[in-house]
Amino acid sequence: MSITINGKAVDPPEDPRVSLLDLLRDHLALPGAKMGCNQGACGACTVLVDGERVLSCLTLAAQMEGRSVTTIEGIGSPDVLAPLQQAFVEHDGFQCGYCTPGQICSALAMVEELRRGVPSHVTGDVSSEAIAFSSEELRERMSGNLCRCGAYNGIIDAITATCRETAE
Amino acid sequence: MTPFKYTRASDAADAVRKGAATGVKFLGGGTNLVDLMRETIERPGELVDVSGLSTEIVETDEGGLRIGAGVRNTALAEHRRVRTAYPMLTRAMVSGASAQIRNMATVGGNLLQRTRCSYFYDEDGSRCNKRVPGEGCDAIEGFHRGHAILGASDACIAVHPSDMCVALAALDAVVHIEGAKGARTVPLVDFHCLPGDRPDIETVLEPGDLITAVELPPMPFAAASTYRKVRDRASYAFALVSVAAAIEIEDGQVRDVRIALGGVAHKPWRATRAEAALRGAPAGETAFAGAAATELAGARPLADNAFKVRLAERTIVSVLCELAGVTA
Ligand SMILES: Cc1cc2nc3c(=O)[nH]c(=O)nc-3n(C[C@H](O)[C@H](O)[C@H](O)COP(=O)(O)OP(=O)(O)OC[C@H]3O[C@@H](n4cnc5c(N)ncnc54)[C@H](O)[C@@H]3O)c2cc1C
Ligand code: SF4
Ligand code: FES
Ligand code: FES
Repeated sequence: MSITINGKAVDPPEDPRVSLLDLLRDHLALPGAKMGCNQGACGACTVLVDGERVLSCLTLAAQMEGRSVTTIEGIGSPDVLAPLQQAFVEHDGFQCGYCTPGQICSALAMVEELRRGVPSHVTGDVSSEAIAFSSEELRERMSGNLCRCGAYNGIIDAITATCRETAE
Repeated sequence: MTPFKYTRASDAADAVRKGAATGVKFLGGGTNLVDLMRETIERPGELVDVSGLSTEIVETDEGGLRIGAGVRNTALAEHRRVRTAYPMLTRAMVSGASAQIRNMATVGGNLLQRTRCSYFYDEDGSRCNKRVPGEGCDAIEGFHRGHAILGASDACIAVHPSDMCVALAALDAVVHIEGAKGARTVPLVDFHCLPGDRPDIETVLEPGDLITAVELPPMPFAAASTYRKVRDRASYAFALVSVAAAIEIEDGQVRDVRIALGGVAHKPWRATRAEAALRGAPAGETAFAGAAATELAGARPLADNAFKVRLAERTIVSVLCELAGVTA
């Protein structure tokens, strides 16, 4: 069984020790997803698997057989930025840019989670179906993506500007 | 990582058959196991992926829920019945790890996640009885601010890091297991072990045992339950102390109550002494404080984690006051 990566079928690596992050960066020359900690603590390696955000550093490539992976390379291109990428530029959503691919993949899936009504740690009434779109909710939901440059305010502004309508 | 073989189990029977060989480990989401393998603390020769098995949540005939071991943490948190009938469980799930990790992690893997004691992770530089039985424990005289205050031993003072398990302990959950000798069930409160002189033995599972599900009995008063986690930062951090609680009050008196603590022991800590002290007592801050003190009377803190005793007491009181609608 193959793995679909940004729409293309890829053979899983022969050695099952290869993580999804290593497969992307070292085997497929897709360096968008970044290695920060390689242990689940920073979110820089976040990619989408069947539309859900996951950490590629803690995922074995072998686990991805039969599934569809989208990396930042599958979201926009330098010539045609996705709306959220454009908003990161406009709202100073980054400084060095190292965490940015992870932030953007994470945010895109986060908006879908909000729309689906997945509760969060700061949700007042977890039994309610609709979650109010607030800066507090966004910050909590993005807490799995660290930014060493501290561009958090710009990140939240960029997500808010692009995604408010989608989520509501 | 040491080399290993990767296979997927087609069903529970296939997993149990494959799991009978030596050196085999089951794989859930991999969020703990892959990390431990990278650190060579775990060195399985074969991984049998069981994350595709039992991924459903179904209502039981008794009116409870049976949660498959392969259910992802996010799916459990957002399940309609869990949110309305057992909100403490949803709250516990969404206070653990990050959204990315919750999308990957399974219920079975969450039950079996291993301690975050930094000496346990430091294979080259530290002594740890959990990694190498009999070697010694560097945490006792070292950095142990996050370590256990209840039920620890001279061999190990580590805590169980799961948030989910604390809610499951309070909810009288039962673990369903399949092994070489057939199927059996174990109450969640008896599933994890205290360290004693064998901290490397963490649960009652036999080698090759597969967790298939966790069952929640009906508990009507848990519909107004909650979970509170106290930690060093607002999100994405393990608990210093956490409290899962549900309380049933009738005519100002406590009819029934469930309390479990996280971050304080080698297992999710069901506060049976506090519960016994509360049944029949007037529902108010005085009784809550007395019950919390009764539970924590058995605490044996070390130099740097003594703050957890008062923190646990105060968190219990605050959570019970919130549920009872009285001000603390
Ligand atoms: C940075 C970080 C922060 C975290 N923060 C928190 C937190 O705040 N709170 C919290 O509760 N957790 C936290 N976690 C831990 C996380 O919840 C666990 O890693 C996760 O629940 C493990 O589930 P998994 O399916 O990925 O397990 P895996 O890693 O796949 O497996 C874990 C263990 O369970 C065994 N196993 C898996 N499924 C079965 C089965 N069906 N039967 C028998 N054995 C099985 C495996 O063999 C392995 O030994 C954090 C993790 C990370 C990396
Ligand atoms: S507390 Fe337990 S896990 Fe930590 S070093 Fe001591 S024996 Fe090892
Ligand atoms: S590199 Fe994956 S979480 Fe840090
Ligand atoms: S922009 Fe530098 S780490 Fe986030």
